[in-house]
Amino acid sequence: MYYMGLIWEYLKNYMKTRLTYRADFWVEILSDLLFQATNLIFIFVVFRHTDNLGGWSESEVLFVYGYFMVPYGIFSCFINLWGFSERYIVKGEMDRILTRPAHNLFQILLENVDPPALVGSFIGLIIMIFSGAEMGLVLEWWHIPALIILALSSVMIYAGIYTTLTSLSFYSDAPTGILPLMYNIQGYGRYPVTIYNRAIQVLLTWVIPFAFVGIYPAALFLERSEMHRMALLTPVMGLVFGSVGLLLWNYGVKRYRGAGS
Amino acid sequence: MNSAFIDFMRIRFLTMLAYRVNYYSGILIYTLNIGVYYFTWQAIYGSSGELGGFTAAQMTTYIAVSWMARAFYFNNLDREIAADIRDGSIAIQFIRPINYVMVKMMQGLGEGIFRFLLLMIPGMLIAILLFPVELPTAPSAWIGFLVMLFFSFLINSQINVITGLAAFFVENNEGMMRMKRVVVDLFSGLIIPISLYPGWMSAVMKVLPFQAITYLPGSVFTGRVEGTAIWNVLGIQVFWFALLLLPMVLIWRKARKRLFVQGG
Repeated sequence: MYYMGLIWEYLKNYMKTRLTYRADFWVEILSDLLFQATNLIFIFVVFRHTDNLGGWSESEVLFVYGYFMVPYGIFSCFINLWGFSERYIVKGEMDRILTRPAHNLFQILLENVDPPALVGSFIGLIIMIFSGAEMGLVLEWWHIPALIILALSSVMIYAGIYTTLTSLSFYSDAPTGILPLMYNIQGYGRYPVTIYNRAIQVLLTWVIPFAFVGIYPAALFLERSEMHRMALLTPVMGLVFGSVGLLLWNYGVKRYRGAGS
Repeated sequence: MNSAFIDFMRIRFLTMLAYRVNYYSGILIYTLNIGVYYFTWQAIYGSSGELGGFTAAQMTTYIAVSWMARAFYFNNLDREIAADIRDGSIAIQFIRPINYVMVKMMQGLGEGIFRFLLLMIPGMLIAILLFPVELPTAPSAWIGFLVMLFFSFLINSQINVITGLAAFFVENNEGMMRMKRVVVDLFSGLIIPISLYPGWMSAVMKVLPFQAITYLPGSVFTGRVEGTAIWNVLGIQVFWFALLLLPMVLIWRKARKRLFVQGG
């Protein structure tokens, strides 16, 4: 309950700061949409030159992309650790966070919420509905609860990977340059992983499991039975990676010693 | 005066060197990027021999060269400038007898040289080992490519400086900077070579400066553009470099008159 109240207070604060820079707010939504559009453009352009991608049709790839956008939007809204090292460690804001009673990671995430990102999730849902209708997929009773569980699990996977990487800044002095680079890789999990060679498949499945934020869970709705087992594994992966991320974070915070002024 | 600029370049290079550990992961991730696009395009090609004037082998080379060029020309000048403007430290720059935009360009170049030596070259070597990249053997192609690469850097940095200076006018240009990043990656031909776009889209992209950053040098290096046509490519790059100087100087001049420090 205490945490709920905090969320509300932080959101009110967020709105106040955002309304100061009103024009930028809209530009940001627009730029998010444009970013999504580039990926859609990639899919459209590619399918002008081929009729399938490793045995997956254009509608199927679009549907997978639609699914991918849903957890991604939620993730970008609530888990924004960009520049953590510069802002909290180098500039020493972490000290301020640590003197407060709420969990430190929770405070940091709330200070950086980005609600406009949720627009992407809605568009993802719309893409899923349209491409699903095109393929004649029928909405079944279990689709909606399954979507909620799978999308939340995917968000946990993102959260786990990014908190793990961010917590590295507690262990090493150099600000981590890995984060923006990881950002480039995450999109690949939405293409049929079977087109990649074994090493990349293993990487995207077990090491940085971005295949679980796109292709595997989406396969469940597409009735691609070859990936059903992986789809059902999504919540497990979410729990495992989410917990690892949180553990490494908590351990890192314990090692944290103030820096900066 | 000139030696001051060289110092800015040198200092940035040394600063980057201090944080070089980041770049080892950079090599890995750029290679992975090339790998993933390589396999994606392999699947797209399937049995067809040529798409948009690229054979499967040329596409592999194009991807490798484009990503490695990005490893060199990429920088965050826009973010640095926007941060200077927002925290007010830009005010100090006004009283210095050195042109701020030039300082930023030189710092960008220092970073570029660092990225060239510690990110692009080792990355390229790994990419050649892992993927069937076919590089040209003629020394003229290499010299031409290096010159074009330098212009890629200049044009990309100019676009970054312009985006960064926009913070003078919109106060918070985070959204604009993100948009710029997306536009550059897409319209420069990094993600999809421009000749593969449908007719009207490639027509639009051909009149924009972004193709001069990745697509044109990449086309030369993969051997799709040969002979005297190479001079045309270089001409387009020089043209955009000269044209982009205009808004850069104008915005800087105007910006000095409406400085509005928000903090610090």
